[in-house]
Amino acid sequence: MKLLTLNFLTCAIKTCKSAPSSFPLHPRDASLEVIETDLNLPFLKNILPRLMWDELRVITSELGLPDLPPTPPTREDLVVAAEDAAVEGEESEEEASQTAKDLHRVLLETTVKEGKLVCGNCGHEYKVLEGVPNFLLPGHLV
Amino acid sequence: MTDAEQQGAAYEEEHVHAVYEQIASHFSATRYKPWPIIERFLKELPDGAVGADVGCGNGKYLTVNPRVFMVASDRSTNLVKIAKQHQPHDSVVADVMNLPHPKHSFDFAISIAVIHHISTPERRIEAVKAILELLRSPLAGNPGSGGRALIYVWALEQKDSRRGWDEGNEQDVMVPWVMRAKKEKESKKGKGQKAIDSSNEAEQPSEQPQDKTFLRYYHLYRKGELEQIIGEAGGEVVEAGYDKDNWWAVVTPQL
Repeated sequence: MKLLTLNFLTCAIKTCKSAPSSFPLHPRDASLEVIETDLNLPFLKNILPRLMWDELRVITSELGLPDLPPTPPTREDLVVAAEDAAVEGEESEEEASQTAKDLHRVLLETTVKEGKLVCGNCGHEYKVLEGVPNFLLPGHLV
Repeated sequence: MTDAEQQGAAYEEEHVHAVYEQIASHFSATRYKPWPIIERFLKELPDGAVGADVGCGNGKYLTVNPRVFMVASDRSTNLVKIAKQHQPHDSVVADVMNLPHPKHSFDFAISIAVIHHISTPERRIEAVKAILELLRSPLAGNPGSGGRALIYVWALEQKDSRRGWDEGNEQDVMVPWVMRAKKEKESKKGKGQKAIDSSNEAEQPSEQPQDKTFLRYYHLYRKGELEQIIGEAGGEVVEAGYDKDNWWAVVTPQL
């Protein structure tokens, strides 16, 4: 499971969803695996406005990953500044900056392979096995 | 949960979820071609849109548009393991009735061939509510500006299909999934006619692998029924139609 996915996950228990402390889920006893994928610059730019940056910072810090900067990057930060800015067709020639590479690495390539995801509201633990988190609830919690 | 809901859930566990878990890889090998209306819905999304694929199966719709981000889910762990290979998306194991997503966080959702597996009318409405709840709410004064979901269900009216059901037939049916055993060449027992083995033979450790039949529960939707439950779930139908033995609808949350 990608760290980006944690940006869109919360506790599956209905009563938790309205409690702010249910988001984000907190990784525990997690082993991480980096699975390399192609960097897609337009995708990264487009996903930026959807990122819950403060919550992602909490997750990366809980996982012991290097700190994310305090504020999210801008679209411009993701591109290497063009030396001669007036080149036509620059869209296709844009080069991913180090910031983009770092963001791609943490959001799309860093995955939770094994471990648990814990709800900050009710404490329920969801297991992650072979990279797949399982949100099925036991009967008494449905 | 009420007793009826509990029974419904238990019934679906046995007659839907357990079956898919067992037939996952065989099922997946037969599900690779996206249907055109669903493909169009996904391709017309703006770049960077974020959505859910509820009941993703093997993830065949995760291959359509790599410029959006989809969090797919399915009850079957074995199907999710197949679905998770599709970049840039991701897949989790979850139940439509208890989805692990913050409310109103998605621009779009699809749920293809899923809610026809739900066994009571109340639970069908609950499932549509759960899908609607994923979607961005409409902006004040701008109805229809909320997120959109595409829902597909099997139709009762399909008299030209292999199954041949039509108006007037029973709507709650058990549908076989046959896993063909690999045929051995020397055993030509007539055209597709299965010879009935003597019980002695059947009990021997199988040198002749047997076909295996699994039954899955389906509720076949009458014309208008999908729109009706969408209405009861508080959704608004944006567009709807019939496509190759299925009813479909694009739905958005009401103001």
